Amino acid sequence: MIRSWIRQHRRAFAHSLAKLVAHKSTMLLNALVIGVALALPAGGYALLASLESLTVRLAPEPQLSLYLKGDAARAQIDAISVKLRSDARIAGWRFVSRGEALAALRATEGLAEVVAALGENPLPDAFVVRAKATAPEALEVLARDLQQLPAVDQVQRDSAWVRRLAAITATGRIATGVIALLLSVGLVAVTFNSIRLQILTHAEEIEVSRLIGATDGYIARPFYYLGLVQGALGGLVALGILAGALAALNVGVRNLAAAYGSAFELGFPGFGDAAGLLGFAALLGWLGAYLSVSVHLRRTP
Amino acid sequence: MISFSAVSKRYPGGQQGLQEISFTLEPGEFVFVAGRSGAGKSTLLKLIPAIERPSAGTVLVNGQNVGALRRAAVPYLRRNLGLVFQNQRLLYDRSVYDNVALPLAFSDHSPREAERRARAALDKVGLLGRERARPVQLSGGEQQRLAIARAVVNRPSILVADEPTANLDIESARSILEIFVAFNQVGVTVLIATHDEALIEGCGRRVLRLSAGRLQP
Ligand SMILES: Nc1ncnc2c1ncn2[C@@H]1O[C@H](COP(=O)(O)OP(=O)(O)OP(=O)(O)O)[C@@H](O)[C@H]1O
Ligand SMILES: [Mg+2]
Repeated sequence: MIRSWIRQHRRAFAHSLAKLVAHKSTMLLNALVIGVALALPAGGYALLASLESLTVRLAPEPQLSLYLKGDAARAQIDAISVKLRSDARIAGWRFVSRGEALAALRATEGLAEVVAALGENPLPDAFVVRAKATAPEALEVLARDLQQLPAVDQVQRDSAWVRRLAAITATGRIATGVIALLLSVGLVAVTFNSIRLQILTHAEEIEVSRLIGATDGYIARPFYYLGLVQGALGGLVALGILAGALAALNVGVRNLAAAYGSAFELGFPGFGDAAGLLGFAALLGWLGAYLSVSVHLRRTP
Repeated sequence: MISFSAVSKRYPGGQQGLQEISFTLEPGEFVFVAGRSGAGKSTLLKLIPAIERPSAGTVLVNGQNVGALRRAAVPYLRRNLGLVFQNQRLLYDRSVYDNVALPLAFSDHSPREAERRARAALDKVGLLGRERARPVQLSGGEQQRLAIARAVVNRPSILVADEPTANLDIESARSILEIFVAFNQVGVTVLIATHDEALIEGCGRRVLRLSAGRLQP
């Protein structure tokens, strides 16, 4: 029973591969269309994943930097310390003198030469303040209050750009999701139509097979496999396009990152993601074939 | 065994195919269905594999009421029947071998057994050696033989053939008939529709005569 079932499936699979070979130019063209369409959202996800790894590394903290005026006196600095200590909204703070800041900068990857070239220290004294609240509005109010202190030149919310990046990637994720959804529907439609053409091409064979005892399942099976294989081929094409595009982009990204002394580059999808993409493409192909068969193969004899 | 009792067939368009047909075919019988064009011969034959369903009455095939058969059960009925269609219904883009082997694909045989059966069927109709040819490369009579080979490849106990000798000269028609006689001699029930009276006369077999959808006494 099981063996005959396996044999039937193997035969249907061989049958559909034979069809694939017989109509290879059409099928390859379909796979190409599917591949190009899938490469777009897949590439979007790869870029977003790289950007997100960047934002995770620079995780946002409720932190403010108070840069002091160049001529801030020792007494003024002490006065600010007292103020900060008495503010209930502040969890902790640290004074960073201009000398310490320069030393830290010098230790930063790729910036030593820049610091050496500066000659004199352009950095101001600063307080690094950690707030208790994390809500952007609360931080906004705190920053405005601290700005009013004497000798404070500028209050900077260090995490602002990180948060902006996170917002951008979140928006990008939604946009990519929408594109992926729309293109998936398109791919199901492409498969639906190509299987419809296959069914029309084999109309006589299907009808004769029915007349001499083929079950609906037997007739439908090769078309399911056809959709599945065509979708998986499309997935392979998408992976190829993605790998090529990322490699090309990385030439530029690597140069850009090197200019900032960083080794950042765009990551290729891992084995799991690649397998997921292939599986997803195959699933879409199967779905298109299933719908097509349901619509076009159900004529009662 | 095939048994019709009070079977009528009216097509959706209103045409009356058959009216009040009753007869019984015993296992191993060899019977002709005769009648002019439009008499209802094909209609009668199509009721047996449930290609058409009766509008009234019952059709029993091996004890099964095929008029009331569920759609999903129909393929299994057909696999146990050998069917030769009026217009043969060969696949012209496939080889002779593929045409014969078609029914074997969905009954469950090992590849080796399938090949053995396909070659045996071709041998019985005298087409062994033509496996690689296309149906269009065969003569009309050879195409009829191919259709018969496909019908018998699953070794059915009942053979139903619609005009298997149409458009053939009397010599070729007789040699086709010989094939059916040979199957009948090993116990296969044979039902052949034909309008060729000359063919029927020389045989001395039972004849069901149809006229305008009714059985003549
Ligand atoms: N699918 C159909 N739809 C409507 N009417 C049909 C259909 N098939 C047959 N008929 C009608 O039923 C009647 C019997 O047709 P049938 O095909 O059974 O005749 P036949 O004896 O096989 O004729 P022939 O010798 O020409 O093959 C005819 O009047 C025909 O027009
Ligand atoms: Mg007819």
